[in-house]
Amino acid sequence: MIINHPLLGPRDGAEFTCLGDASLINRPDWQSTDADEQFYEYLYLRDNPAGMHRELWYHEYGDRSWLVVTRDTLTHDITKVELAVDVARREGRGK
Amino acid sequence: MRYSAWKIFWEGMTGNRGWKPVWREPEPKPEYDAIIVGGGGHGLATAYYLATVHGKTNIAVLEKGWIGSGNVGRNTTIIRSNYMLPGNEPFYELSMKLWEGLEQDFNYNAMVSQRGILNLFHSDPQRDAFVRRGNAMRLAGADSVLLDQDGIREMCPFLDFDNARFPIKGGLAQPRGGTVRHDAVAWGYARGADQRGVDIIQNCEVTGFQIENGVCTGVETSRGAIRAKKVAVCVAGSSGRVMAKAGMRLPIETHVLQAFVSEGLKPLIPGVITFGAGHFYVSQSDKGGLVFGGDIDGYNTYAQRGNLPVVEDVCEGGMAIMPMIGRARLLRMWGGVMDMSMDGSPFIDKTHIDGLYFNGGWCYGGFKATPASGWCYAHLLAKDEPHPVAAALRLDRFRRGAMIDEKGVGAQPNLH
Ligand SMILES: Cc1cc2nc3c(=O)[nH]c(=O)nc-3n(C[C@H](O)[C@H](O)[C@H](O)COP(=O)(O)OP(=O)(O)OC[C@H]3O[C@@H](n4cnc5c(N)ncnc54)[C@H](O)[C@@H]3O)c2cc1C
Repeated sequence: MIINHPLLGPRDGAEFTCLGDASLINRPDWQSTDADEQFYEYLYLRDNPAGMHRELWYHEYGDRSWLVVTRDTLTHDITKVELAVDVARREGRGK
Repeated sequence: MRYSAWKIFWEGMTGNRGWKPVWREPEPKPEYDAIIVGGGGHGLATAYYLATVHGKTNIAVLEKGWIGSGNVGRNTTIIRSNYMLPGNEPFYELSMKLWEGLEQDFNYNAMVSQRGILNLFHSDPQRDAFVRRGNAMRLAGADSVLLDQDGIREMCPFLDFDNARFPIKGGLAQPRGGTVRHDAVAWGYARGADQRGVDIIQNCEVTGFQIENGVCTGVETSRGAIRAKKVAVCVAGSSGRVMAKAGMRLPIETHVLQAFVSEGLKPLIPGVITFGAGHFYVSQSDKGGLVFGGDIDGYNTYAQRGNLPVVEDVCEGGMAIMPMIGRARLLRMWGGVMDMSMDGSPFIDKTHIDGLYFNGGWCYGGFKATPASGWCYAHLLAKDEPHPVAAALRLDRFRRGAMIDEKGVGAQPNLH
């Protein structure tokens, strides 16, 4: 797989490791009353779709940035690559 | 028809005209007592034990392709019961005992070969960990033998003992481990179940569940709706997308594992050998091919094929323990999609929907579990309570904090 890094251009997939579903960006609020239930779902349950999947990849043998890659789990086609930090800011996480 | 040496002799003398198809091709009935979704090893074993142990035969196994087209026909055929944790080890040891009597039980040659499995260690701390595992296995009634370097030199003189980075210091062996002809397991269980009246329906994909007021009353399929009192899902790598049709999210991700076979060679490798400092395992088939594999690719996928970085990684592992493997030519390679659970252990459980049952999360180790998985799933379906050795394999264990994490890596399916 070739991942088109937003800053570095096309890079070999072997330079990256995959963490999993990009929903891991949205860590629940630990102060909410049902935090235990929310953390259970956040940590353990997955949509695991056959088709388009947004997922977190880490450029371990590169610039060490986290990316959100949109990839088809049936064909391995990658349609979108963004910096995870941009996605997180857009979704209201972090400053 | 019973198979026997006499039968082969007789058919040989009479022109092989008396052999019959091994199972029927029935049309689906409108209703069954139980429907098993997925005609892999586990689904077929479940049907077989429901019929033989529990006397239930008004049962259908629905398979979207042909039986054996999934992982049961794609794996590297290794069987072993060298687990450690109390929630797992008695289950896998039951499986080993069932393998030992399987061929006589279902009257089919599955080529169960207890040629032994050897896990190599490369450092003192790893030796300590293996001693602990060996003891845990013995506590559950399994066999284990600790070997020093000389013991291993005797068995496998061709290993790279003095590798500069990962010298081989010894190994933990399970002599009762080994290999089994994987497709024959599917065929043997299918034949046994069919003979007792179970309908095995191929080319019948389950496309939805009929759920009314929290009760599952049947399935929608590519060959029409079928009603059932109990619906037992058993679709391995497809677990996520099938259970999504019942509105469930699972503690499972689907990943691909690749396998490799070399050209046929003279007898070389005595049993199964695994590398302790990387992920590589190898055995030799009776046809002479070296059968080997390693890690999963590490990203979610439902495509039954992998990518080159893992091919390289597996081959490096092979070169590190037995450099002579570099002279063998690769004949074929393939991939299978597997249901990687959040703690690396499986599930055999009811769901919160009455009448809907789930069996999955087998990761890349479910072939060895086939007999016990069928045995325990049949028990759950027949008695509505878990079998004692599968009592820990529950869907709610993450909510309760009762994970069964053999590797201790946490909720990271691609590391299990
Ligand atoms: C390359 C590789 C190597 C492996 N090596 C080993 C090993 O050495 N030792 C070991 O113990 N394990 C190994 N495994 C794991 C083992 O093969 C699996 O865990 C096990 O086979 C899964 O159970 P099963 O046989 O029931 O799965 P499968 O054979 O995959 O059965 C599931 C069936 O469900 C069907 N299905 C899916 N969706 C539907 C639907 N909607 N409707 C109807 N049917 C459906 C599929 O077509 C399939 O036939 C390996 C796996 C792979 C891929």
